Amino acid sequence: MKSTRAILLSASAAALVLLAGTGGAEAETLRLLTWGSYAPDKIVEAFEKKYPDIHVEVTFSNNEEMIAKLRATGGAGFDLAQPSHDRIYAVQKEYGLYKPLDLSKIDMSVFEPKLLEGVKANTTIDGKVYAVPHQWGTSGIMVDKTKAPDAKGWGDLCNSKYKGRTSMRLKRTILLGTAFSMGYDPFAAYGDLKKYQEILDKVADKLIACKDNIKAYWKGGDDLASLMLSGEVVMSETWDSTAYRIYNQNHNIVFVPPETGALAWIDTFAIPAKGEADDAAYKWINFVMQPEMVKLMSASSGAVIAVKNGKDMLPDDKKAAYEAAWTPEDVQRLKFFANIPPGVEDMEGKTLEKIKAATGG
Amino acid sequence: MPRKDADRLSLILLMTPLLLWLVLLILLPHLGIGYLSLREKVAPRVYHFSFANYIDFLHEPIYWNTLLRTAWMSILVTVLTLFVGFPIAYYIAKVAGRRSRAALFLLCLVPLWVSDLVRAFGWMMLLRETGIVSGLLQWAGLSSGPVEMLYNDVTVIVGLVYTVVLFMIVPIVSTLDGMDNSLIEAGYNLGGSRLTVLRRIIVPYAMPGIVAGCIIVFMLTAGSYLTPVLLGGKNSMWFTEQIYDQFITRYNWEGGSTFGILLLVFTSLVVWAGLRLSGQNLATTVAKR
Repeated sequence: MKSTRAILLSASAAALVLLAGTGGAEAETLRLLTWGSYAPDKIVEAFEKKYPDIHVEVTFSNNEEMIAKLRATGGAGFDLAQPSHDRIYAVQKEYGLYKPLDLSKIDMSVFEPKLLEGVKANTTIDGKVYAVPHQWGTSGIMVDKTKAPDAKGWGDLCNSKYKGRTSMRLKRTILLGTAFSMGYDPFAAYGDLKKYQEILDKVADKLIACKDNIKAYWKGGDDLASLMLSGEVVMSETWDSTAYRIYNQNHNIVFVPPETGALAWIDTFAIPAKGEADDAAYKWINFVMQPEMVKLMSASSGAVIAVKNGKDMLPDDKKAAYEAAWTPEDVQRLKFFANIPPGVEDMEGKTLEKIKAATGG
Repeated sequence: MPRKDADRLSLILLMTPLLLWLVLLILLPHLGIGYLSLREKVAPRVYHFSFANYIDFLHEPIYWNTLLRTAWMSILVTVLTLFVGFPIAYYIAKVAGRRSRAALFLLCLVPLWVSDLVRAFGWMMLLRETGIVSGLLQWAGLSSGPVEMLYNDVTVIVGLVYTVVLFMIVPIVSTLDGMDNSLIEAGYNLGGSRLTVLRRIIVPYAMPGIVAGCIIVFMLTAGSYLTPVLLGGKNSMWFTEQIYDQFITRYNWEGGSTFGILLLVFTSLVVWAGLRLSGQNLATTVAKR
C-alpha cells in the first residue's frame, strides 16, 4: 500500500516537473511540415541539443497534402514547410499560403548556385523570394536489368513485350513523362493551356491503351519496393531515391534516366504565411545545410542535398546506385519541373481521373 | 419545485455533451461543406454562389458511374456480410456455451485492434502473386504458375467484408441474446422444420439487429477509403477516392464538398429505400426499445 502511494506521489511529481518544463520556460516550438525522411531523429536530436529552447514537432506529408493542410488554415499551424519548387508560385498567387523569406537570415554561401538560382527564379513573386532549395532528385524509370535489359524511356512502360509486368503511379509525373516520350514538350505548352489540353488528351489515350500492359498502379514507396523486389514487376516509373534504396537490396534493379530526360524536382524550404517561429525556422534551415547534417539527411532521404558537391555527400551505397544509373549525358538531359500555372493541376487531375476510370484493360 | 429544477439541471447536464457533439462535430462541418459546395470558382480568389458543381457532377459520367459503382458494391458487401455474419452471431448467441461465448466475441474483436492500413497490407501479403496463398496453391499442385489475386474487385469485396463483418455480428448477437430459447423450442414442438423456425421465428426476432447491422455496414463500406484504394485494381475507383482527389490533387474543395454532400444524400436514400423495401422503419428496428 505504502509503495503504491510512493509511486503515485513520484509520478505526479514527475508530471508536475514535465508540465513546468513545457509550460514554464520560454520554449519555442518549431512545427515542421515535411516529407517522410526529411527530418530523421538524429538531426532533430542534434538540433534540439544545440538549441535547447526549441522543440521540434514534425508532421510528415507530401506535396498535395501540404498544400491542403496549409490552405485549410490560410497558412497557419506550421512554421516551416517543404513543398517542391514547382508547387509554390501558383499556390502563392491563388491562396497566399507563404510569407517572403528574409534571405539575410540564411547562409546563402552553402547552396549549389545553379539550384539556388533555379528555385529563386521559380518562386519570386513581386520581387520577393518565397523559397530556397533543400534537396533534389528525379523521377524516371526503374528496371530489372536481367528481365528488361533494353528499356530506355517512359514509353517502354507501355511496351507489350512486358505485358502485365510494369507499374506506375497515377500522378502528374507520368503524364509529363509520357508526353515527352511522345515527342511533345508539355512545359513549353504551359503558356497555352488549350494546346496543353490537346497534349493531355493524347497522353490520356496513350495511357488508357497502356492500361492493359500495367499490372497495378503503385501508391507509395513501400508498395513499389515490394512489387519490384518480388519480381512481380520488371519495370516501373519511380523516384530515384526509391530505386537507390532497392538497388541496395538487389543490384540488378537500377534507376534508368529516360532517354528524353529524367524529370527533376527540388524540394524547398518555405515559411507558411502565419508561421509563428520564423527565427527557429531559419535556424533549422541553416542547421540542416551544414556538412555533417547534410550527410545524415542524404542517408535518410536518398536524395542529393542542394549544397555544393551535394552528390559526394551521398552515403556510399547510394553513391554506388547513383553511379550505376547516371552518365554525364543523362545529367545534361535533366528536365526540371516547370512552374505549374494556375488551373493546370485541375486539368491534369481530370485527365488522371479519366485514365483511372477507363476500362482499358 | 426544487426537485423539478434538479431534474431539469441533470437533464441539461446529460444532454450537453450530446448536443455539443452533434452541433460541433456533425452539424457545423456539414453546413460548412454544404456552403463550400455552392461556391463556384470563377477566378483565383473570386467565388460566386451557384449550383455549377452539382451540374458538373451530372455532366460527367465518370463521377456518377463511380458513385453508382460504389453504391452497388457496398450493397453487395452488405448482403455478403449478412450471410457471413448471421450464422456466426447465431452461434455466439444461442449455440456456444457461456464461457466460450466471451472468447468467441473477443476473437471477433481482435482484428479491430489493428489499424485498417495494417489489415489491408495483411491481405496484400496473402493474396499477391508471390504471396502466401499463391505459394500454397503451387506447393499443393493446384496451380502450375503464380496466381495473382490482388488488384481486382473481388479482392476489394473480400477485404471490405472482412473489415466490417464485426459491425454486423454485434447488433445481431445483442438482439438474439434477448430471445427466449423456449420460442425456438416451441417452434420445433409445433412441428416446424429448421428452415421454418429460422424463417418464421429467428429472423423476425433478429430483424432490428439485422437492419441496424446492415445500415452500419453499408455506411461504413460506402465511406471506406483505404481498403478499396490499396486492394483495388487499375480500373476500380471508389467514390471516396474521387473526393480525396478533388480536395488534394485538384485543389478543388468546392467540387470535393459537392461530392461529399452527394455521397451523404445518396447513401441516405439507399438506406431509406432499403427500409421501405424490407417493410421496416427506424422506429421499429434501430430505435426499438
